[in-house]
Amino acid sequence: MTAPSFVYRVRSLCFRYHAVHRGKPDWVLDGLTFDVRAGEIVGIVGPNGSGKTSLLKLLANLLRPQAGHITLLGRDLATLPQREVARTVALVPQAHQQIFPFTVLETVLMGRYPHHHGAKWSAGFDWESPDDLTVARQAMQATDIVHLADRLVTDLSGGERQRCVIARALAQVPQILLLDEPTAFLDLRHQIDICGMVRRLKEVRGLTVVLVSHDLNLAGQYCDRILMLDGGKLVRLGRPEEVICRDLIRSVYGCEVLVDQHPITGQPRVTL
Amino acid sequence: MRLTTNQPESPVQAEQLAVTAAAEAAPARSGIAGTVLTARRWMVVMAPLAVAMVVLLAICLQFGTQWVGLGQVVDLLIRTLREGSAESDTIGTTGVILFHVRLPRLLLGLLVGACLSSVGVVLQALLRNPLADPYVLGVSSGAALGVSLAILLGIGTTVLALSLLPICGFAGGLLSLVVVYHMAASYGRLPIHSLLLAGVILNTIFSALIMFVTSIMEPNRSVGTMTWLMGTLTAPSYPALIVLAVYLIVGVFLLLKQSQVFNIMTLGEESARALGVEAEQVKRAAYVICALITGAVVSVSGMIGFVGMVIPHAVRLMLGADHRLLLPAAALIGGMYLMSADTVARTLLAPSEIPVGIVTALAGGPFFIYLLVWRKDRFA
Repeated sequence: MTAPSFVYRVRSLCFRYHAVHRGKPDWVLDGLTFDVRAGEIVGIVGPNGSGKTSLLKLLANLLRPQAGHITLLGRDLATLPQREVARTVALVPQAHQQIFPFTVLETVLMGRYPHHHGAKWSAGFDWESPDDLTVARQAMQATDIVHLADRLVTDLSGGERQRCVIARALAQVPQILLLDEPTAFLDLRHQIDICGMVRRLKEVRGLTVVLVSHDLNLAGQYCDRILMLDGGKLVRLGRPEEVICRDLIRSVYGCEVLVDQHPITGQPRVTL
Repeated sequence: MRLTTNQPESPVQAEQLAVTAAAEAAPARSGIAGTVLTARRWMVVMAPLAVAMVVLLAICLQFGTQWVGLGQVVDLLIRTLREGSAESDTIGTTGVILFHVRLPRLLLGLLVGACLSSVGVVLQALLRNPLADPYVLGVSSGAALGVSLAILLGIGTTVLALSLLPICGFAGGLLSLVVVYHMAASYGRLPIHSLLLAGVILNTIFSALIMFVTSIMEPNRSVGTMTWLMGTLTAPSYPALIVLAVYLIVGVFLLLKQSQVFNIMTLGEESARALGVEAEQVKRAAYVICALITGAVVSVSGMIGFVGMVIPHAVRLMLGADHRLLLPAAALIGGMYLMSADTVARTLLAPSEIPVGIVTALAGGPFFIYLLVWRKDRFA
């Protein structure tokens, strides 16, 4: 069996939270059609309220579209049980503060849950197997948090917490990693760390990554393709230099910026 | 709580050092870095707790209006087992006091404390709030309203009472949980202030209704109801105790089955669903079980406060947050706590008694304020 070249095929996807808003339908996403290829990093960008996070949640099967459909590895996403989706797709949501004193290792091991078998009311205690521990260890090595294994997640700094959540996602052994604002609230060094790590995961593990970002420069640097949303509509999907250009940013964001080339990588660079 | 300020002056350097240290230590340790809960560690904690429970039961059996030494307790126990009967002619008055009055009451205390703690653990996990508790959230007072309505309508005097009072309690408790559920659903994670506010309002409304109901009861019945409302354990008959025990143990067992899922639910509902947990179903089933347990507990013991908040909190500090250990350990420790509190309540001013709810409220209330004021950074 060969891996399909498209992991996601999205066809005329429409989504809204409320049926009608002030008399007219209030579409958050309006007729999106695009594909995500295996092993690429796609960045979703766009102004606030353009539907980026909603799109990511639709891809994770957390929300159901009102129209259109999503195909995940050749199967209709809407017909798949959530547990099965979780074995293929891992979501890293925007930073949530854990309030209970779980250790980092315990948190990472929670990522093994979708791989545990057993019915809902007979799952029992689900003791972790040696395999689970090995996978968790590899995930923690990949995100460089092995030394934090026994620390409480409640005591971690922002960057450490983010890496812990990514390790939890990797423990799911997914083919697709969905990241919601992975660099929000992180300082410069941690932003670069996380982005470099995502790039490495793509190259070493062949992960397909879809990430939402506000930072056009980071998206331009690390993504293979960029999808720009505006008001729930797909404005453009293409290589960074095709999407991050002065005219498009002016029409979508309504502000003047300077776009030139990064002197080393040659990727587009936005200057305010 | 942001601990970034606690890091060394150069977090970059410190982290690099830590990474190098971990890399050096890694080959030496072939196993996984870090400790996890295993079946072995579970036994290592739970077995001594079970033994401690039996020991504490024997100790509490000695206390009362009349002191009965441990030797006499054991002696009477052996005699009962040998004769195969526990009638007054074989074991005497002391034996009757021990085995027909004190023992069932202590066992009831164990059950009630275990159930309140378990429900507290589960509500805290589902609401992602370590201050949740059936008493604070108004679940207990909802159940109490249901039960006092049943008493007012005269259900309590018939044989059916045994099965009907818990059901009325369940209905009232579920009503509170539905309100809390909708508040939590509309806010995502219920912030501490909304949670407490919801509890205060529900408690106020239900207390007013309970006052109204008791005020129109016959005077002799209303006195009994008031004592019960304050949280009192009374010695049940053995058949009643067995029915209650089966019902409650099944409920706690069903919650225990879900303990790994509760772990994942603490990540937040969306993350839980992204990990393949059917969050909505789990939540509804768990709320119904919590209401059933609380309803039954309130129908026999009234409103015993703060056990469901204090015990899970203390146990979590000692044993960590993994619900596979936290839930059963909190159940045992909660049972022991309430059994001891009740022993204090019935011996302190012997021969008269203090309602045990007053003892737990006096012990738990200040702890609650301490958490709210001095530890607020952990869950505000």
